[in-house]
Amino acid sequence: MRAARYGVVVMLALICLGPVLIMALTSLKVQTDIFAMPPVFFFAPTLDNYRAVLLQDRFGTYLGNSVFVGVVSTVLTLTIGTMAAYAIVRFRFVGRSVVSSTTLLLRSVPLAVLAVPVFVVWQDAGLLNSLWGLVLLYTAVNLPFTIWVLYGFIAQIPYELEEAAQIDGCGSLRILTTVVLPLIRPGLAAAAIFTFRIAWNEFILALVLTNRATRTLPVAASLYITDVGIEWGRLMALGVLIALPPLLITLIAARHIVAGLTAGAVKG
Amino acid sequence: MARVGAFKSMVNRSAPYMLAGPAVLVIGFGCLYPTLLALRLGMEQWSLGTPWSSATYVGLSAFGLALTDPVVLHSFGVTLAFAAVVVGCEMLLGTALALLLEQPMRGMAVFRTIFIAPMMVAPIVVGMMWRYLFDTQYGFANYLIGLVGIGPQTWLGDPVLAFAAIVLSDVWQWTPFVLIMVLAGLQNIDQSALEAARIDGATPLQAILRVKLPMLASVLVVTALMRLIDAFRVLEVIYALTFGGPGNATEVLPVLIYKTAFVSQKLGTASAISVLLLLVVSALSVAALAISNPMRDGRR
Repeated sequence: MRAARYGVVVMLALICLGPVLIMALTSLKVQTDIFAMPPVFFFAPTLDNYRAVLLQDRFGTYLGNSVFVGVVSTVLTLTIGTMAAYAIVRFRFVGRSVVSSTTLLLRSVPLAVLAVPVFVVWQDAGLLNSLWGLVLLYTAVNLPFTIWVLYGFIAQIPYELEEAAQIDGCGSLRILTTVVLPLIRPGLAAAAIFTFRIAWNEFILALVLTNRATRTLPVAASLYITDVGIEWGRLMALGVLIALPPLLITLIAARHIVAGLTAGAVKG
Repeated sequence: MARVGAFKSMVNRSAPYMLAGPAVLVIGFGCLYPTLLALRLGMEQWSLGTPWSSATYVGLSAFGLALTDPVVLHSFGVTLAFAAVVVGCEMLLGTALALLLEQPMRGMAVFRTIFIAPMMVAPIVVGMMWRYLFDTQYGFANYLIGLVGIGPQTWLGDPVLAFAAIVLSDVWQWTPFVLIMVLAGLQNIDQSALEAARIDGATPLQAILRVKLPMLASVLVVTALMRLIDAFRVLEVIYALTFGGPGNATEVLPVLIYKTAFVSQKLGTASAISVLLLLVVSALSVAALAISNPMRDGRR
């Protein structure tokens, strides 16, 4: 029975990693090996595809754009989201229930629904083709989930801790930074990972809202698919480069990802 | 002194507004306003690249037109079929695997990390990866079925096989989500109920059917609803894998909305279709929140 369970787990792991490994192997193959049938598993690896992708004239710009958008929207979302979640947990104020229920509902708005109106609004506001426009969008769509996750973590902090700080003369902001923040680190980690994942991976709105100068890596990757054909080696190399940061995060913070996935649905 | 006190209490009273203000502004401008604008834009007819002032108002009839358009109805059907099949497969597989892997086992942490990996890969990359795997001439899918004696298939050129391809890619990426949710739910089950069942002589299968699954009910329903919502939102994987083809065999609503807006350049029509999608997703979302609202007052 135990051996059977291990067998199932190993097979599952192979299925999960298989496609990603094939992508990685393909990125290391020369053209003739890529087109070999049956597929070759032992071949002389080459970095030519990576060289071609990295030396492409604008790769540095695209990478910079992706990093900027990913990091800035994560920092902004976490800052603004923590403040809002704290207000919703600890204060009774006018509009509180409207804010919290709207937040929960907006979490599920499909990005396809947002594409046209955001395009129109961003055009009017002069945010089209600007990295800040993308940052604003990703912050807005990630805030609902962030507030949702952090609400649960903040609600678990004993109020007495904050009261003690209040008696010591701390204001709301001091309490938030010195008492609350250190206690909700796992929640912040989960929210940060999910926000960064969306901002780094998102494609369709980045495609609509950017131009040659402000393109992010997923948009650059989509340009390898043309009517004429697909440069599989280079596309897979770029795919590996895009997938690498989120996978590295998974490796070091799987625990926090599980916390984020189950937040709100499974009472912990 | 009194003044300082008054100032302090004013600061305290305004504190929640200052704290929640930025989030309200950003969500309002970047998410809520565009969503509501989609409703309004659906009543207009205008093309990409022409000024907004050139749009003609067609009113609510736009929604009627969209709802009777065979292209939209077909797409709605594809979306429903896709959502039903992927969520059904993922729930069954994920729950079965969770029940199988429930007992603590050595090395599970490593495997759990591996199971999360597919969810973290960019959807556009997932689509490209599977497009390569399903290639007719040198794809891995044809190699695998060749091993069991089935001839090469034109996966992405056949309506049924292309649908199977988008289903497979989604099941690959999201079954682990169900697995992780159900595993977490199983950890919260009251052990005494299971103990009682064992003492009463329940077989392992009876324990699963009569004790575990009923106790997991709310987790299972919420997980299924979360997956359904996401299944209705899938766009990028299909964009890269089939772009809705062949023909419009895999053209789910989000793909149709994108194509209508940015390929056919009919922004008004695209918005009208968006409203249909928005209604479905919002209904599912309300249902999920009714069962499990993480911000309900008085939660511990």
